[in-house]
Amino acid sequence: MMLSEADITALLLTLKLALVSTFILLLIGTPFAWWLAKSRWRYKFLLEALVALPLVLPPTVLGFYLLVLLGANGPLSTFGIAPVAFTFSGLVFGSVIYSMPFVIQPLHDAFLSIGKRPMEVAATLRASPWDRFFTIALPLARPGFITACVLGFAHTIGEFGVVLMIGGNIPGQTQVLSIAIYDHVESLDYTSAHWLSGGLIALSFLMLATVYATNKRFRIFRL
Amino acid sequence: MSLDIQFNLQRADFALHVDLSLPATGITAIFGPSGSGKTTLLRAIAGLEHIPGGEISFKGQAWQQDTTFTPTHMRSIAYVFQEPSLFAHLNVRQNLQYGLKRIGENQRRVSLDNAVALLDIEKLLERQAHTLSGGEQQRVAIARALAVSPELLLMDEPLSSLDNKLKEEILPYLESLHKELDIPILYVSHATDEVARLADTLVILKSGEILGAGPIQEMLTRLDLPLSHRKDAETLIHATVTSTDAEFDLTSMECDGQLFTVSGNTLAPGTRARLRIAAQDVSITLDKQTGTSIQNIFPATVIELQEEGNAQVMIKLQLGDNPLLARLTRKSVQELSITPGMQVYAQIKSVAVLA
Repeated sequence: MMLSEADITALLLTLKLALVSTFILLLIGTPFAWWLAKSRWRYKFLLEALVALPLVLPPTVLGFYLLVLLGANGPLSTFGIAPVAFTFSGLVFGSVIYSMPFVIQPLHDAFLSIGKRPMEVAATLRASPWDRFFTIALPLARPGFITACVLGFAHTIGEFGVVLMIGGNIPGQTQVLSIAIYDHVESLDYTSAHWLSGGLIALSFLMLATVYATNKRFRIFRL
Repeated sequence: MSLDIQFNLQRADFALHVDLSLPATGITAIFGPSGSGKTTLLRAIAGLEHIPGGEISFKGQAWQQDTTFTPTHMRSIAYVFQEPSLFAHLNVRQNLQYGLKRIGENQRRVSLDNAVALLDIEKLLERQAHTLSGGEQQRVAIARALAVSPELLLMDEPLSSLDNKLKEEILPYLESLHKELDIPILYVSHATDEVARLADTLVILKSGEILGAGPIQEMLTRLDLPLSHRKDAETLIHATVTSTDAEFDLTSMECDGQLFTVSGNTLAPGTRARLRIAAQDVSITLDKQTGTSIQNIFPATVIELQEEGNAQVMIKLQLGDNPLLARLTRKSVQELSITPGMQVYAQIKSVAVLA
């Protein structure tokens, strides 16, 4: 057996976390990226900077404040919201915030590159605003959606600091791949660490290759 | 008169003042140099541009008035943009069906087959938009616009992104649109040849001001408007073919009692067509010339003269019910002492038939 049962549990938990987070990110990110692309609000840049924060902050900083916010004595608990630190929901919450820029940016770019002409044409062909959004904007932004999904997913799989801070290391609940690898290295079990790390490299490469193949104009460094 | 538009737009670098009442029949051309506000006017009519305080009504429905603003998709228009703007994620057939699917069965006056046949795009239906040539794309865009059975078709320089060869390819389709479908068209253009071929009514726009609006013959020949002073100033006459002469390859065409002889004999008797007479090709004699090679000589009355610089004078003549422009040298005008009201003979060296 190449992977122990604990490793498989960690792997499945990681995939579940990445799937759930990506799904939530698309739900939140699509309208938000659309608004960013269309809005002419002069203070829009403040929100853009806020979303981009996880790109520059050490994940531990983000994790620390999330822990304070979501912990047992955090401000949210005073509103009667159950604390989610050290639970799977807490991980999802942290991942969504941490991976937000990786979903927003490609969607924003995709919506911008459509321009207003196709939407205007659709309006002259009797399509209402919602109709235009679903039948023109979304299909034309498809490469952006593929990029957003893959980056959001891959980035969530790879996170460590945020997870460690707000999730801890509870097997089956909050122990994800990156933390399992860390544990293996700590206990000098390099073979297991190799299997997990090597697998992660292969998976990440595969996903990024998909992005570049489907979206020739994609540049990961542009933000 | 049933398209009424009234608005004043004042921007930092651009102003547009419009107060127009246009017929909802035939082709109305909005003519003017680039930057004169033509596209803004068209976009406001479509509802793509919201000009505060403006009023736009079509056939009695207020599209914009006070707090009313009918959004674009609720206006019974169709719009052909300067670039074809086909939807890249749909093939030609799906592009054509996009608008068609969104109107009720009872509103379908133009069938898809009809639009496809008119624009001759049967063979393109299964192709992806980006594989078509520019001219083909624009024909699809026009068919797509027709398929929503608009009550008003707005066209923003639909031919300007095409080269001359493609223009010649599409112009006949536009002419047949006009003849076969009873849809009023508002056509933005800065090309006089397109306007002369297509328009029934002309709106002349310059730097955001309307210089004139009315029937095309009048707009082309009014000496206070710029078109009559262009190098290629011309007169249009609507005439009917009476007979053809195969031996000399000539056609006789009649317009209120006057018979014009034009070269070519491809048109069948009874056909209505536009005759174009360049002001350069008209000369004036005081007496009827005999022994001349010129076929088209008509008695005419001098209406108005206007000097164009030191060398030339533009003369507006009345020929039956039609105005006729003649460009003469100032010297000849002085030698013949031509004055308004004079009876003269107009000799027309060449008459062109516009399809």
